[in-house]
Amino acid sequence: MDKNEYLDIYHQMVLIRRVEERAAELYQQGKIGGFLHLYIGQEAVSTGLISARKPQDPVITAYRDHGVAINVGISAKQVMAELLGKATGISKGKGGSMHMADADKNYWGGHAVVGAHLPIAAGLALGDQYRSTDGVTICMFGDGATNIGFFHEAVNLSKVWNLPVLWVTENNKYGMGTSIERASAVSEIRQKAEGYGITNARVDGMNVIEVRQAAEEYLEHVRSGNGPFFLEAVTYRYRGHSMGDPERYRQKDEIEKWQQEDPIGIFRTFLLKEKIAASEELDEVEEQVEVETQEAIEFAEASPEPAPEELFTHIYAD
Amino acid sequence: MNSFIPTTLQTEPEIKERVMPRITMREAISQALWEEMERDENVFIMGEEVGVWGGTYAVTKGFYDHFGPKRVRDTPIAEAAIIGAAIGAALTGLRPVAELMTINFAFAAMDHIVNEAAKLRYMFGGQFTIPMVIRTPGGGGRQLGATHSQTPDAIFAHFPGLKVVAPGTPEDAKGMLKSAIRSDDPIMFIEHATLYQVRGEVPEEEYTIPLDKAKIHRPGSDVTLVTYSKMLEKSTQAAEELAKDGIEVEIVDLRCLRPLDMEPVLASFKKTNRAVIVEEGWRSYGVGAEVSSRIYEGAFDYVDSPIQRVAQKEVPLPYNRNLEQMALPQVEDVIKAVKEVL
Ligand SMILES: Cc1ncc(C[n+]2csc(CCOP(=O)(O)OP(=O)(O)O)c2C)c(N)n1
Ligand SMILES: [Mg+2]
Repeated sequence: MDKNEYLDIYHQMVLIRRVEERAAELYQQGKIGGFLHLYIGQEAVSTGLISARKPQDPVITAYRDHGVAINVGISAKQVMAELLGKATGISKGKGGSMHMADADKNYWGGHAVVGAHLPIAAGLALGDQYRSTDGVTICMFGDGATNIGFFHEAVNLSKVWNLPVLWVTENNKYGMGTSIERASAVSEIRQKAEGYGITNARVDGMNVIEVRQAAEEYLEHVRSGNGPFFLEAVTYRYRGHSMGDPERYRQKDEIEKWQQEDPIGIFRTFLLKEKIAASEELDEVEEQVEVETQEAIEFAEASPEPAPEELFTHIYAD
Repeated sequence: MNSFIPTTLQTEPEIKERVMPRITMREAISQALWEEMERDENVFIMGEEVGVWGGTYAVTKGFYDHFGPKRVRDTPIAEAAIIGAAIGAALTGLRPVAELMTINFAFAAMDHIVNEAAKLRYMFGGQFTIPMVIRTPGGGGRQLGATHSQTPDAIFAHFPGLKVVAPGTPEDAKGMLKSAIRSDDPIMFIEHATLYQVRGEVPEEEYTIPLDKAKIHRPGSDVTLVTYSKMLEKSTQAAEELAKDGIEVEIVDLRCLRPLDMEPVLASFKKTNRAVIVEEGWRSYGVGAEVSSRIYEGAFDYVDSPIQRVAQKEVPLPYNRNLEQMALPQVEDVIKAVKEVL
């Protein structure tokens, strides 16, 4: 990686963080409705993964999707506008926080029904296999999602059909308020892949460099025709499940412990220690992000609401 | 989770004789569960976040501490397993109350609801009894997007073998949930997520309400308005508006979709000769279609005007607030439909 790429990764991670921190404020002000699931704490996972992706690699994830949206190159403006339900949002204000996608960028969206997108990911991978193109589908999902039938059906199918898919579970220890120990027969999620004979690995999801290296290696593994691969990224969500989570299920010191491992802090320290960037340069990135986020909010607030006719568009293609 | 949108029925009680306590729908449901669990140790709760979290909509707050993990069972995110295991437990004589976090996730358990729960007793010649309740909130209006905002009540009412209950007041919710828990049949007990805050009078003493009786919610002489659940609230507001113009609407609250009690509907219709049916779900193949058809079948000679249906626009619900409200049936839509049949 050259210096620009490092700085770009830093930029993306800080942008996700700031966009979401500001989104939380907008939510409190009542400008964002519905659910808002923040990715704060988990930025290294999708940033590392997507940074290793080729444009032909389809990407699909769950409802905790703002990070992925920014990583695949959806602008902060389009993300913010979608959160505010505006016509200029990436899903034209019809999807909201949980449903951002950009077909032009081969990004097939955030999906709000737990586990429902895994079989779809198998189908995306089938598309590439069928046409003999070399895309590898990257499918991200939570630890909680590995307990629903959809997961098992999709993962099994991917092995049976030798589909080019990189399954990535973001193990943040909880599905809503239920800790992994209380919901999953195994706490090391990758063991589930063993049952389906799928090669697998576990990576520190707080370290973007490690995630990036793992993604490079395993995307290549799949691209070379070895069938699906299963990656477990160990991470942590700093905020509640959605807004207004009473968080009775975990202790403050647990959160504080994980905050010592802030993925942005870890990466910043790395960049400085390896003398890849000077701290002024990183500060500059942060200032840029501040401006970009502010502009995104102004853009979103100034954008029009969807026209009433939009209620009846996009129901059918024909 | 999201904060709940306050509803207009949340007004404080009037000072007139307050014989019964006014409690919220949430409290009413919670009380019914609590009292039934105290009464019968075979009753237990299972579902996502029902225990430590206290229920996604705080209905089971305090239950885990009081009844313990054996009877208040947090499950993995595994809807098919939740319903399937509830069926199995019910077959052995337990009385599970399985909670689906929202009715939208019932689709992930559809086989177990419609192919197993609804059919096992019949298919095995009456050998099996399935005393289970599936409690689940549904409905739109909270900007949760297309997959999380549905009102698919009619779908479940389509299946013989299931009973479908959808109360619109705290009193009914409590009395009917108790009946549902005591019933020996599988019951879909559909709550509306925007009704949890609504207050209403609830008797202090022990009572139950049958699961096969519709009810005159508001007497009137000009038009019969048939509705249930959340739309009871909107229809009542419409009736109050219309009353100012001297139009007296009689509201029949269905309360149960299967079995469907047409008796009070037909009796009312024979008096008013006009009907409007208000539902939150989509119009096509919906509750309005069923009820109006039964009115035509049962009281054709009394029809003075084509029956009107008020329902959700035929679109997946969008996130944007204005569009979402446009798609959902509103008080003005009800008023317009009533004026149409007059
Ligand atoms: C089928 C289904 N059941 C329940 C829900 C409600 N729900 C939304 S997110 C969630 C927890 C998911 O946990 P996990 O997969 O670990 O993802 P995380 O939120 O930790 O990113 C639940 C239970 C849902 N959306 N879909
Ligand atoms: Mg999780």
